[in-house]
Amino acid sequence: MIAQVVFYAIAALTIGSSMMVAFSRNIVYSTFALLGAFTGVVGIYVMLAADFVAMVQLLVYVGGILVLTIFAVMLTQGIADVTVSNREVGVAPSLIIVSILGAIMIFAAFKTPWEMGTPAQMATSPTTYAIGNAFLGEYVLPFEVASLVLLAALVGAIVISRHETRE
Amino acid sequence: MGGGITLYHFLVLSLIIFSLGMFCVLSRRNAIGILMGVELILNSANINYLAFSYYGGHRYDGQIFAIFVIMLAAAEAVIGLAVVLAIYQNFRTIDVSATETLSG
Repeated sequence: MIAQVVFYAIAALTIGSSMMVAFSRNIVYSTFALLGAFTGVVGIYVMLAADFVAMVQLLVYVGGILVLTIFAVMLTQGIADVTVSNREVGVAPSLIIVSILGAIMIFAAFKTPWEMGTPAQMATSPTTYAIGNAFLGEYVLPFEVASLVLLAALVGAIVISRHETRE
Repeated sequence: MGGGITLYHFLVLSLIIFSLGMFCVLSRRNAIGILMGVELILNSANINYLAFSYYGGHRYDGQIFAIFVIMLAAAEAVIGLAVVLAIYQNFRTIDVSATETLSG
């Protein structure tokens, strides 16, 4: 009962914020609504017994990506013209495409016989130990490649976004 | 999980978030708005990973994939916003329908 109340509260927060991101006319409102969406997703991760992923989501999304997005909005938009900053085009075709996609996915999600396991043994213990072991054991190669990707993104972002000062 | 929350609850929730993100990507003219839609889509994919990992009774594979997705989303946001800033320096706008130098 309590789990249901918590789930629906978190789902309402997430979906409401996502709707504001998708439908708001003002890019600044959209950006700040993203905060509610990311925070709601953190709650969903906690409900799914993924404590470490929830904390990573909080640090990377709320602490990093959201702040970066707010910076980009403030650097590229004049604050005066925010009322027209988030114009939409082709709302009707977008709605049609999204409806078709949603119907297909609803069909797939409810028609597939998912193989259910026993979720109880994961819910009680913290996941950090197992994830750390997996990253330095079975998944060590993807882990190292991921660090290379992050380094390339860092250098690439600096190269792309700096002013060209050569003559 | 007690209380009658099933896998389908999470699937439908992630589907709604995906649809909203897809609508955001398709209907926005603002490049940053499009990137925000992509972030919503990536979040919905992560919810699916964790839901299947939890209800499927697998080990931590789904959570590890979710961490990789979060890492790639961070890289994508950094590069995407750098590109947006570079476009803004050249065009003085980030309206994606105004930056059509490459269109034939």
